[in-house]
Amino acid sequence: MAQLLLRGIKKRFKTTEVLHGIDLEIGDREFVVFVGPSGCGKSTLLRLIAGLDPISDGQFFLNGKLMNDVAPSRRGIAMVFQSYALYPHMDVYENMAFGARLMGLDKAEVERRIAEAVRMLRLGELLKRRPRELSGGQRQRVAIGRALVRKPDVFLLDEPLSNLDAALRSDVRLEIARLHREIGGTMIYVTHDQVEAMTLADKIVVMNEGRIEQVGSPRALYETPANTFVGTFIGSPRMSLVTVTREGTRLGIADGGSLPIDTKLDARALKLGMRPDAVSLHRGQGGEGFHAQVVYTEYLGDNAYVYVRLADGTLLSARTAPNDDFAPDERVSVTLAPGTAHFFSAEDGRRLVP
Amino acid sequence: MSAVAESNYYERRGLLGALGRDGLLQIILIANTIIMLAPIVIMVFSAFKSTSQIFQSPFSIPDFTQVGNFVKIWTETNFVRYLLNSFVVTGASMALILTLGTMAAYAIGRYRFTGSAFILMFFLAGLTLPLKLAIIPLFMLMRDLSILNNQLSLIFVYTAMGLPTTVFIMTGFIRTLPSELEDAARMDGASEARIMWSIMLPLVRPAMVIAGIQNVVPIWNDFFFPLVFIQNDNLKTLPQGLTTFMGEYTTDWGVLFSGLTLSAAPIIIIYIILSKQFIAGMTSGAVK
Repeated sequence: MAQLLLRGIKKRFKTTEVLHGIDLEIGDREFVVFVGPSGCGKSTLLRLIAGLDPISDGQFFLNGKLMNDVAPSRRGIAMVFQSYALYPHMDVYENMAFGARLMGLDKAEVERRIAEAVRMLRLGELLKRRPRELSGGQRQRVAIGRALVRKPDVFLLDEPLSNLDAALRSDVRLEIARLHREIGGTMIYVTHDQVEAMTLADKIVVMNEGRIEQVGSPRALYETPANTFVGTFIGSPRMSLVTVTREGTRLGIADGGSLPIDTKLDARALKLGMRPDAVSLHRGQGGEGFHAQVVYTEYLGDNAYVYVRLADGTLLSARTAPNDDFAPDERVSVTLAPGTAHFFSAEDGRRLVP
Repeated sequence: MSAVAESNYYERRGLLGALGRDGLLQIILIANTIIMLAPIVIMVFSAFKSTSQIFQSPFSIPDFTQVGNFVKIWTETNFVRYLLNSFVVTGASMALILTLGTMAAYAIGRYRFTGSAFILMFFLAGLTLPLKLAIIPLFMLMRDLSILNNQLSLIFVYTAMGLPTTVFIMTGFIRTLPSELEDAARMDGASEARIMWSIMLPLVRPAMVIAGIQNVVPIWNDFFFPLVFIQNDNLKTLPQGLTTFMGEYTTDWGVLFSGLTLSAAPIIIIYIILSKQFIAGMTSGAVK
């Protein structure tokens, strides 16, 4: 059982405020991912939850109990660090036993818990090794094992995959997802990689400059981003944003063609968000659509992304079939599948409902 | 084709150059070794000779079965007493230096508090002070504390002498340890004392060895402070005690050299045992 409630959490370092009032609720057994560009305060927030840094303002409740001044080890929280932070002078067994012993567990219980972690993470043959004799992926597993042994209510993972190579990353990602199903604790996971966030999370918390931009399921964030920041941050390649003006039922770019889109919005100027998979390219500029010029093509095997430049200079990406060949500088027109347009306010970037 | 030949030519010159440079380095190192070892070798040789043999053939290889000098110094003089005193004084000083120095360095290196920079500078200022200049005030201080003619006076002075280098070396080293380790231990529920003792100290052992060796040699060999503070023959340390073998008219050089050999032995043995850690400590600091 673990329910976290953050109310108006602020963090100041000397005079700079890095978190400006975070309100968040995290339910039992949820897998929550904090995602955002570097410097957005996601790791800081994690450290506040862990208790490693004091909360400057606001309240943090865990299962209804105020945790602001509770020591890290008494919060029932375990953390996996970005650099793993394994104790270099202890072997794998000792690394896992250190925390368990400090909890005051008797020897048999410590051994039982380690045996369980070893089974879950397949660490059997590594027990007597020192951290420096392990590969990156193995170290990662030991670090997770060390957290498991403490049987915490909440697991915190701070960019756990960022030190692994790309091939290993997806393996460990699956491993973490499996682990979450198996142990069923609440997990809070910090990453700057939106792919990790999308694949792992029950709930994503998108952060930017010390504020929460949006909280929601991966699907909700992808389909109804609350603002242009979330729209462009979630999804790869990113959503393209174009400033368009509305004339009747058409949206147009200055000297760059127009599209017939039915919206009930009254605003004359809008930001139009287009995902690569909703965009189609047509050779020539005679017909419907925005006028554009091909810049380059990224060929990925199963499909290809063509980057084109619109008349106002915006770079836009479009997913095409892999054997559609567009030459650089070729003139094309861009159309949008019906019902896929995202509209944002031209002033503050908020989502507008069509 | 010509490119290949050219590259060969350069390679050859590179090889020759490397050989020349490495060879020169070898020669310098070998010469240095000889210069450094010669006095020690002569000291050991002389320890097995009688005084007349030393003067007749100072460089000859002695008969190593002739251990009369060692037997004599061990049984007929106060040598064992001096050796014990040296162990007591050096041991106590080193224990104090390493304990206090490490704790001070840990506080300066790991905690942020007002005045930490000043305290570090205060310790470092100690590096620049020649303690021997203060011998007269120190003498009066020891007299007023009534620990003249007492090994405590030596232990205090040596501890004060050793702390600056120890704090300097250890602070630098402790600062390089990743703070995530500390965080991890804190999450595991370790108290501050346990974090220092179980997590940090094992990792700074190479630095402790460096600081230890840096201090143990001058303290063990110190002649000046015992000469000033200690008059009682039963409290004298080795370097001071050995001078009593130098008579006004006659000196038994063989016995003196055997005493010197025995007094140098512990330090050399410590050095050999710790040299691996010592070198590890030096390089780990450099690579970091």
